Amino acid sequence: MSTRTLPLLFINLGGEMLYILDQRLRAQNIPSDKAKKVMNDIITTMFNKKFLEELFKPQELYSKKALRTVFDRLAHASIMRLNQASMDKLYDLMTMAFKYQVLLCPRPKDILLVTFNHMDAIKDFVRDTPSILSQVDETYRQLLEIYTSLSGGEFQLIRQTLLIFFQDMHIRVSIFLKDKVQNSNGRFVLPTSGPVPYGTQTPGLIRMFSCSGEEIKRVQFRDGGNYTAALREGSFELFGDRVTKLGTNMYSVSRPVETHMSGTSKNSSQHTKVNTLPNPLAKEELNLLAKLMGGLEVQKPSHTDSGFRVNLFATDEEEEEALITRPEELSYEVINIQATKDKQANAELAKIMGEFTEAGDSSPSSSSKGDDLLAMMDGL
Amino acid sequence: MAKMYHKEKSIQIKSSASALYNNLSVLRIAPRCLTYFTVVHANVVNMVSASWDGLNYSHRQLQSKEGNVATSSSLIMQAAWCVLPSRDLLVLTSQKGIQMYESDGSIMVYWHALDTPETPTAQAVFARGIAAVRDKYICVGVSSGSVLVFDVPSKGSNITLSEVLEEHTEPITDMASECSGSMECIADLVSADDSGTLCVWKSGGDFQLLNKIPGFDTSCSSVKLWKGTVIAGYGTGQIRLYEGVTGILHAEVNAHARWIYSLDIAPFTGLLLSAAEDSLVRVWHLTISPETNNVEVRGQKVWIQWLAKVFIPFELFHILSPYHHKFKCIY
Repeated sequence: MSTRTLPLLFINLGGEMLYILDQRLRAQNIPSDKAKKVMNDIITTMFNKKFLEELFKPQELYSKKALRTVFDRLAHASIMRLNQASMDKLYDLMTMAFKYQVLLCPRPKDILLVTFNHMDAIKDFVRDTPSILSQVDETYRQLLEIYTSLSGGEFQLIRQTLLIFFQDMHIRVSIFLKDKVQNSNGRFVLPTSGPVPYGTQTPGLIRMFSCSGEEIKRVQFRDGGNYTAALREGSFELFGDRVTKLGTNMYSVSRPVETHMSGTSKNSSQHTKVNTLPNPLAKEELNLLAKLMGGLEVQKPSHTDSGFRVNLFATDEEEEEALITRPEELSYEVINIQATKDKQANAELAKIMGEFTEAGDSSPSSSSKGDDLLAMMDGL
Repeated sequence: MAKMYHKEKSIQIKSSASALYNNLSVLRIAPRCLTYFTVVHANVVNMVSASWDGLNYSHRQLQSKEGNVATSSSLIMQAAWCVLPSRDLLVLTSQKGIQMYESDGSIMVYWHALDTPETPTAQAVFARGIAAVRDKYICVGVSSGSVLVFDVPSKGSNITLSEVLEEHTEPITDMASECSGSMECIADLVSADDSGTLCVWKSGGDFQLLNKIPGFDTSCSSVKLWKGTVIAGYGTGQIRLYEGVTGILHAEVNAHARWIYSLDIAPFTGLLLSAAEDSLVRVWHLTISPETNNVEVRGQKVWIQWLAKVFIPFELFHILSPYHHKFKCIY
């Protein structure tokens, strides 16, 4: 549907991923220099210029598989490692959090405010590193340029596109259950109280007019909900009060983050056939991944002392248990890019690797770099 | 206010409903004591045929089409039955084009491909907004703002695109008609778009624009035409009633706290149903006051439920909310 959805999906999911990783890094008492390196590396990769150029092009949303693969790579952009179960859990949390934010946005345009909340937090993570900060600022400018002029109807189309993407995902998240914003069946609660969206009047009034335009009658009706007047509008500028709390870090109060797998398998009958259709976008997705890989600094395993593993669960045993008990229909399929078999993709990847060759770097090594890259992607 | 409806049996559909405007269409087939329902789920339309005695249900799925591709992942924007005097057709609008089927969904009789660019553009391309007009027209809206008018013969597949109406500049959201039977009306069709602009038309060999009611920078997501009155539901949660031909605003209702997704009207009793993202369904009563000939809106009944179908003899209301796969009938 909307061809402007992918950047918002990527940035917001990326933002949620950073919130969760930041919390886990603290919870596991990872030394602050290592933790900072991980955050910086991931953010640098997320906002890589070539990658963003590709991302911001008008296009349909990528498949769930392709998106998951992108985030797998992103999570491993640094010295941090995640096991399969932890990566699955991370992705569950990211997607359910953003689904919640999209659903609860008072107005469709508020999705942009949610995005700015994530961007503001990301900016804060890298405030001490000017080079990355400038990449983030550049992304802000692109967002402002593309999205601030869109109409409410266009934002609603973006929102509908996102909701269709998240359709039938009902993984229960313990923070949401505790806060009663999610029911035990995995559905989110839509409140019938609170401030109305900016631009909406509180329900309750019927006004009738004569042919000449004067108001001739006013009738009040009891509205059944408990709504209050709208709050002020959030800021759509580079800096400002976004007003909405959606998209801010809900993990800053240290709470164990669990997802519940049991009970979600009942929903498997709801899973559509959409995911199993042959994906005609595969080439474009490969393009995106290649651009992402181009910006990725390959971390060789020789740095054994600086590499470490992050666990999204409380213990290693829990993590193992989670991997074994994860229901079949909820397993994420990661694209195994058989790039070596696809001549066209091969050429594309080699070209991109060529673009990232440092000035003065001897080119004979570029073909072996290409092989490394392909081998790495095959290993996904 | 006395209760005018009661709940019927729930009907389960095969998969959840996508978050789209006007996502439930109903066709009553009195001679066979059957009702057909359709709900869009991504690239598929779920169709249920329910017998009136509540004992028999049968399901069918229709897929979006795309050029010469066997299966398509292109998303369907809307599915609706078009009731014409000689035949009923089921129309599906997607990102790729317009599909028309015989009313039971068994045979596709017509396919119209939209002009989709090679590389995607910033403006999305899709068809949305479906209405049967008079005795032989089916009108479909497009994201460019155009309204396509199809000429439909009383039987067979010789359906032709007879006219393209270019008045809107924003994507069409919804369309509605009145008097698709024998009653004489001035205005036949109303089209709405993302800017809230409403165009009122008279059908014919050449459709005539009777009036263009300007929007107020708010999308009109659902529209109905009743006794010459345009009933419009907006993204701000407001419902407005305009006299179609003159554009005079009769009434303005601060109806909902969120975006309105659907409106439905029972033409003989003047009961209007509105459903919005605030999870509420509201029932309104419209009357034409004899002295002034103005339309009045009064009373409302809040029914806090995610789905509602109201049955008034010979007339039906239907509402479906996104993400759910059951709808309860309120009889």
